[in-house]
Amino acid sequence: MGDLFYLGARYISHHRVKLLVLTFAITLVSWLPVAIQIIVDQTAEQLLKRAEDTPLVIGAPGSPLELSLGSLYFRAKTPARLEYSELKKVEATGYARAIPLYYRFRAQDYPIVGTSPDYFSYRGLQLANGRPAALLGEAVIGNKVAEAMSLGVGDHIISSPESVFDLAGVYPLKMPVVGVLAPSLSPDDEAVFVDVKTTWVIQGLGHGHQDLNKREAIGQVIKREGDNLVANASVRQFNTITSDNLDSFHFHGESAGFPISAIIPVAPDDKSAALLLGHFQEEREDVQIVRSQRVISQLLDTVFTVRDYIVVGIAVVAIATATVALLVFYLSLRLRSGERFTLARIGASRLQVQVLMATEVICVLLISAVLATVLIFLTRQYGISMMQQLLLT
Amino acid sequence: MSLEIEGVRFAYDNGGFVLSVPHLKLLPGESVALVGPSGSGKTTLLNLVAGILSPEQGTISLDGQVITGLGVRQHRRHRLCRMGMIFQSFELLEYLDLRDNVLLQARLAPGVRITPQLEQQAQDIVAELGLLDKWRRPVTELSQGERQRVAVSRALLLDPPLVLADEPTGNLDPDNKRAVLDQLIALCAGGNRILLTVTHDHSLLPAFDRVVDMSELLVQEVARDG
Repeated sequence: MGDLFYLGARYISHHRVKLLVLTFAITLVSWLPVAIQIIVDQTAEQLLKRAEDTPLVIGAPGSPLELSLGSLYFRAKTPARLEYSELKKVEATGYARAIPLYYRFRAQDYPIVGTSPDYFSYRGLQLANGRPAALLGEAVIGNKVAEAMSLGVGDHIISSPESVFDLAGVYPLKMPVVGVLAPSLSPDDEAVFVDVKTTWVIQGLGHGHQDLNKREAIGQVIKREGDNLVANASVRQFNTITSDNLDSFHFHGESAGFPISAIIPVAPDDKSAALLLGHFQEEREDVQIVRSQRVISQLLDTVFTVRDYIVVGIAVVAIATATVALLVFYLSLRLRSGERFTLARIGASRLQVQVLMATEVICVLLISAVLATVLIFLTRQYGISMMQQLLLT
Repeated sequence: MSLEIEGVRFAYDNGGFVLSVPHLKLLPGESVALVGPSGSGKTTLLNLVAGILSPEQGTISLDGQVITGLGVRQHRRHRLCRMGMIFQSFELLEYLDLRDNVLLQARLAPGVRITPQLEQQAQDIVAELGLLDKWRRPVTELSQGERQRVAVSRALLLDPPLVLADEPTGNLDPDNKRAVLDQLIALCAGGNRILLTVTHDHSLLPAFDRVVDMSELLVQEVARDG
């Protein structure tokens, strides 16, 4: 048998391009439907888990789906604006604590999430290195951010400007990394967390600059009106918050009117959650409260339908590929009729000839099966993270 | 070791052709040419000897052992181990190189292993035929004459007592015809093998020890021309 497989291997080696194409095609059509199934199922599982962990979300009126995707996965390009004062209003109902989220800004590909320390305990996030953010401008980063940007405690992360052409827009803020989160297999791994006030600094609602009361700044002051100073453009603004310049940072305006993207209400029990839901649905039209699990489930229904269509499409392609493969094998066998005749004439048994002829088919099917199995295994292990990387880039 | 054909009669199912060979005996080391017009039964006789066809009557025996009564499986085994087959169109496998084509029959033969000794024997035969420098060359890169020499090497490797050749020079140019046939006859005679060859080329007949005219079933003695 070994000699027959040797001869089969020689045949395969001689016709490697044809067989590689066949193997590739069969592997692909075997793997793709299963891969789609796996990735959709895993994505659905992750999405639902996150939604189950965050039953209610409050945001500005608009798309419930966008609000859910934004507040759960920080995936919203231009999140609708909610006033910070809503936080107090939620807590004033007495039904829930409120955690603010402001996810408008990014550091390269990763969302910067302005929130409160409660967020970490609410999500059960642990620090792998460093400490929680305690001061304005400090950042705690998810482990995937740390890996991707090669950052650790003591490094700095810089917020990305929203538009390089907008001179009056958001300027980059250089933030020290004080902590790195342990992996949580959630969108938190791919986020940069700061205090919500830091996001307001990024937006330009708060800033720090050189002390205009000092003697060396006299030349930069244009006029004094009571406590207000008007200075010229040469005043040095800080783009990094340090212990030395921390005191110079201040906000113009009332924080109650400052923007946030969403609020996560943390109700102590189901009854409180139901009461909060009723309160917002009946009495507030200027904000929306959504049950994220329901929203995500509706989204998944659509995703599953799309998946089914894709799988049916691939099944049709698979049938076509199988037909072509059969045709190729059939033509190949016909082309080898002379070889079969020769082998039979010199004395090869029917079994030997059949094994030799079948080697091509067996080899293609076997290699395709092995490759498809390996790919399915890899998809199960890394498919979803690779998809997320692809989506991020 | 002799080949003896005794009272063999064969007819195809359509009944249009009948071959009758009353008696034919080939001696060890003897080279015999089967000649005759198309349809006279040359190839049929070769196939009967090879066991590819079975006669209605009569016996064919090799070294005293009757082979006409063997089953299909035994016939195949017999062909693999005790016969060398050479064809007009060489019948080499194009996806194998020279070495693997020469070793092909050995790979298929039951109980034969490709040992370094066997490979050395193959190289010796190939060297005698002047092809050793092309040992690992794909057969598609060889000339017609070289391909037929590869087929000769394949047929002789397992040292069969009987070599059957069906128009072995039919696809060769005149120079190669004579050269290949001379080498084949010499190798068979040197190994004391019987060579039974079908040929249409009368210019080659003097090279054989004997010529059998199938149309008359006359056994003629022809002297070698050197």
